[in-house]
Amino acid sequence: MTLLSRRANPKRRRQPMEPTGGYWAYLIPGAIGFAAVVLIPFGMNVYLSLTRFRGVGTPQFIGLDNYTRLIGDPTFWASFGNSLIFIIAMAIAPTAFGVLVAALLFDFIAPRFGTRMSSVMRAMFYLPQILPIAVAGVLWKWMYQPEYGVLNSIFDAVGLGALKQNWLGDSDVAIWSVVNVLIWLQIGYTVVVFMAGLSRVDPALYEAAELDGAGWITRFRVITLNQLRPEIAVVIITTSVAALKVFAPIFVLTKGGPGTSTIVPAYFSFYNFFTTTQVGYGAAVATVLALLVTVIAVGLLLFQTRNSEGFEK
Amino acid sequence: MTSTSVELGTPTAVPAHQPRSPKPARRRSRARRGVSGWVVLIVMLVIAILMLFPFWLALSNAFKPSAEYIQTGPLSVPSTLDFTALIQFWQGVNFNQKLLNSVIISGSVALIAAAISLLSAYAIGVGRIKGRVWILAIFMLAFTIPQEALVYPLFILTRDAGLYDTQLGVIIILSVLQSAFGTYMLSSVLGSFPVEVLEAARIDGASRMQILLRIVLPLTRPTLAVLVTFFFIWTWNDFFLPLVLLPSAANQTVSVSLGALSGQYTSDPTALAAASLAGILPAFIFFILFQRTLMRGVNLGAVK
Repeated sequence: MTLLSRRANPKRRRQPMEPTGGYWAYLIPGAIGFAAVVLIPFGMNVYLSLTRFRGVGTPQFIGLDNYTRLIGDPTFWASFGNSLIFIIAMAIAPTAFGVLVAALLFDFIAPRFGTRMSSVMRAMFYLPQILPIAVAGVLWKWMYQPEYGVLNSIFDAVGLGALKQNWLGDSDVAIWSVVNVLIWLQIGYTVVVFMAGLSRVDPALYEAAELDGAGWITRFRVITLNQLRPEIAVVIITTSVAALKVFAPIFVLTKGGPGTSTIVPAYFSFYNFFTTTQVGYGAAVATVLALLVTVIAVGLLLFQTRNSEGFEK
Repeated sequence: MTSTSVELGTPTAVPAHQPRSPKPARRRSRARRGVSGWVVLIVMLVIAILMLFPFWLALSNAFKPSAEYIQTGPLSVPSTLDFTALIQFWQGVNFNQKLLNSVIISGSVALIAAAISLLSAYAIGVGRIKGRVWILAIFMLAFTIPQEALVYPLFILTRDAGLYDTQLGVIIILSVLQSAFGTYMLSSVLGSFPVEVLEAARIDGASRMQILLRIVLPLTRPTLAVLVTFFFIWTWNDFFLPLVLLPSAANQTVSVSLGALSGQYTSDPTALAAASLAGILPAFIFFILFQRTLMRGVNLGAVK
């Protein structure tokens, strides 16, 4: 409503009394900070990506050599392939699971067992979200430890010793072990966002559907999923961006290994910067990642600007 | 519709539903719990408890004597409360120091970032300066750009400026990066600030700075509180830049010191549990303190 009326009358908020020029001064701290911390460093990074630089001495300009080397580097492609898996782990799976959990909490638990019960359960789902990722990493590293770790001990205890794995040491299993941790971390965020979204939906919609004899699954499919569309879109885009940037869980859990089985672009560039000190090459990886993330983030920004009120051009 | 089954879709359909009550808020009122309700409750509780299971394991094993762990495994409840592992970890990494570092860095970043955000958002939201949409879009790059694409130049720049391995350097950098999100949030809040109030103040001769400090600041305090809370927790949890820019142990944060643990202590399982617990505790305290703000903020950030 408000959005429409504002659109219809865009001049309403103009302040004709005063020129807006003097407000530029308030932008100075933010602008200087942005230039010093983002703009100039990113420019330097792009420049470094065109050089050969071992961390000491002067960077030597080599044009696009680093980028042509990237294209032929299987580790680079492996890192982006793993990124796709992490998008599933951090964006798709938690969103799917989160919508379902939120709807069940909202439709079954809250009306029949009280809102207190549903908020307690929401908090239980949210709790992993508050952990520093490094802490989650230490915790899970211990759970996954092959000899005395929790998971293998449990399998031993219940007589399923055959299911024991070297969770982080086996290159076929490691990435799924990391995926499991990320899903565990992310679910809380999606549940909280979708529950808030559901409280915005007009209950009359559900009542009308109930009157028409629609069962829960139909109502979920037709009403819940449709009404939550803005939230789902935003959550998927933001978490996908986060998935492309994922670093800390890899650093703490696997360091990209075994081999390159869990390597991600962020860790790959870090590794080139500070372990092998191929700074120019690392900068090229980081530049590619930055461009990719920016393209997705711009999509997000356009989407959100279109949907936020009080902010029309 | 006949009286049978409004819930045909569910596998465990309840035969007869409560008669429809005239109240519009019916959907949230306690209807009959029904078999399906209990099934859903139990399934959800099992999943929720599984989510918390790792926390319980950290708690119970942190206090378990390591000999007992080797004998009875991670699932047993400790027979005695043994603080050895926790104390060893705490002293081994000088955890008090890390906590203090994290509080100083996170607190400073939260306040400075909120201040920068407020100033920029004042120009954009209230001042409605030209090209504000583009300015915001560019600022948002600070929030979305992967820090890997900034880290090596930041490493060079801080080294040349004498800010490498200082808390001040990390505070400045993280404040700027986080203020991008704050500017975005606050701009849309200030964009819908009641114009009448601003006009009235202007007619009374208030300067822009006075309007900002006496009118806008007090009225946006709730949003600022959410921002400060989030900045604090984000900084507390932040890993990558503090890892690179604060190499010496005396400057490290809680997150980095725990992340650096990986590899160490792997022969001593209860030490890892104790380390996890030490990392969980402050986060848990924030959660209890700020639960409401967090839930509000998550949604503010997601849908605004």
